[in-house]
Amino acid sequence: MDGAFFKTLFVDHMHETASIVLFSIGFTTLLLNKNLIKKIIGFSMMDNAIYLFLASYGYIEGRFSPIYRDGNTDSGLYVNPLPAGLVLTGIVVSVSVTAILLALTVRLYRRYHTLNIDEISEIVRREGK
Amino acid sequence: MRLGTVAILVILLPLMLSSVTAALRPKKARALMLSVNVLCLLMSAYLLIQVLRQNAAFTVSMGEIGAPFGNELFVSKTEAVVLVGFDLIMLLSLLSGGRKIVHDISINRISLYYTVCSLLLAAMNALVLTNDIFTGYVFLEISTIAAGALIFAGSKRGALMASMRYMIMNLLGSGLFLFGLSILYSLTGELLFSGILQKVSEVAAQGKYTGALFVGLTLISLGLAMKSALFPFHTWLPNAYSLSTPASSSLLSSLVSKAYIFLYIKIIARGVGLSVFRESGANDVLLLYAVLAIVMGSVDAIQQHNVRRMISYSSVAQIGYIFLAVSFATRQGLAAAVFQIFAHSAAKAMLFPAVDRLVEVSGGNENFRDLRGSGYRAPVAGLAFAVGAFSIEGTPPLGGFSAKVFVASAAYAVGSWRMYVALGALAISTVLNIVYFLRTVVTVYRKSDRQPNAFFHQKVNAFRAFLCAFIALNLFMGVGAGSIMQLINGGINIW
Repeated sequence: MDGAFFKTLFVDHMHETASIVLFSIGFTTLLLNKNLIKKIIGFSMMDNAIYLFLASYGYIEGRFSPIYRDGNTDSGLYVNPLPAGLVLTGIVVSVSVTAILLALTVRLYRRYHTLNIDEISEIVRREGK
Repeated sequence: MRLGTVAILVILLPLMLSSVTAALRPKKARALMLSVNVLCLLMSAYLLIQVLRQNAAFTVSMGEIGAPFGNELFVSKTEAVVLVGFDLIMLLSLLSGGRKIVHDISINRISLYYTVCSLLLAAMNALVLTNDIFTGYVFLEISTIAAGALIFAGSKRGALMASMRYMIMNLLGSGLFLFGLSILYSLTGELLFSGILQKVSEVAAQGKYTGALFVGLTLISLGLAMKSALFPFHTWLPNAYSLSTPASSSLLSSLVSKAYIFLYIKIIARGVGLSVFRESGANDVLLLYAVLAIVMGSVDAIQQHNVRRMISYSSVAQIGYIFLAVSFATRQGLAAAVFQIFAHSAAKAMLFPAVDRLVEVSGGNENFRDLRGSGYRAPVAGLAFAVGAFSIEGTPPLGGFSAKVFVASAAYAVGSWRMYVALGALAISTVLNIVYFLRTVVTVYRKSDRQPNAFFHQKVNAFRAFLCAFIALNLFMGVGAGSIMQLINGGINIW
């Protein structure tokens, strides 16, 4: 691993590297963290990392956002609007999922008075006996 | 009416009416939801008839914008027949589980329950019909939300927690799927399956970006495997299925996870292409996990004393069969997988309400020993349980038998070590299935001196009729297996 490797990784492909690192952090938090609120934060981070990935591919340096500029219809002047559209749709989806997760957390907290997922499982198991 | 309008209405009608359902009183909400479901069933039957009559597949563009920016629906024989099957099973599950919805869910939430069912119906139909991978993702999330709500709707202890676990595992899966999709999109610049197929084969032919393609494909496979509870990602499944109300269990086990697998089949066959899938080696990994799922799911099921948990674990094994057939990466394998989806959905969606009734007349305990003699106390439910159990075991002339034959012959056509592994797993799991299902069926039909309880005298004629419809469906799956398979093949061969 020489300097060129790190240059490719951290300079040329900065956005991809950043989004993969963020995705991994979010994924691990959602999977392993015991605190429900932190899990939800991890979920948001994971999804936002993917949006960063998509958005960074949608941006081409030197091109304009896809809104007519001085009546110029040359498509080479503008970026593709599709990735931005995907990111917007994705954000809407993850907001609604976050909302339902938070609602579930509130109900769980009211019932079991803790946010620790292991403790809740333990209480559920003890109730079952 | 134009075919395109019908295909769009199948998705839009339940989606739009779901918000109306929420504002209605429980009885009206139920009536509206069921009529929407019947309408969707009729429309999908119309689609099937049209596709058969014209012997062609249709691509429906949404709006005036064409590819690559526009959104498309795609209807071939396979999609049409899967749509009919899903809508029919959804309707029967809601009808036969409806008796307990009133009982399990508080009165002011029943309308919301039907709202969620309506959303689920829309998401299911969209997942079957869509020709666009990102639309697939959006409806995947809608069905995840709907399924999560279906689980915690029940008043049973622990259902909230089961729902939370379900959501967490599913969101992890969605995240991986979305990342895989983004990588595929950044490689191909296409979201429609036809465009992806063309670009991926160009890229693969040049031998470029094989690493990125492999990562994308793996993430998509992993994500959807997690969402459809392939072993070892099945930990959320038993609680989610066994703690919710019977209608929810039926819907979750027979439709939600199956729709994800159908989307996966479409991505493999119509998006990535079977040859790329085969060369990536992802199919062999899938084969390994499928075999593990088949064996471990059955072993887990044997260890259960709670009959609903036992049925839930048997789902793990059955999902293994489906993924096994997919992992052959041949058209024959995919067709077998689709048929197995059908056979299993029809049997599982019947088992949950039937078991619920058997438990009811046996004093409410879900331990299978307590079911002794329940087959005499609730004859139709007992028969339905026996039929479902025999179908999943693979007894002719039921659907499960034909499904196993199709999977085995697909395995035989693949040859090499994969054939031996697959056939071995099939053989082992059939023996294991017989152990736990026969044990329960025999218990259900043993004489006991239990006195009939209050539930025994309940009027359940409508429920019996719905179970009989389910039994007929399972028989039809076995007897008409050839013609159903012809329909499935008719679509898959032109994909």
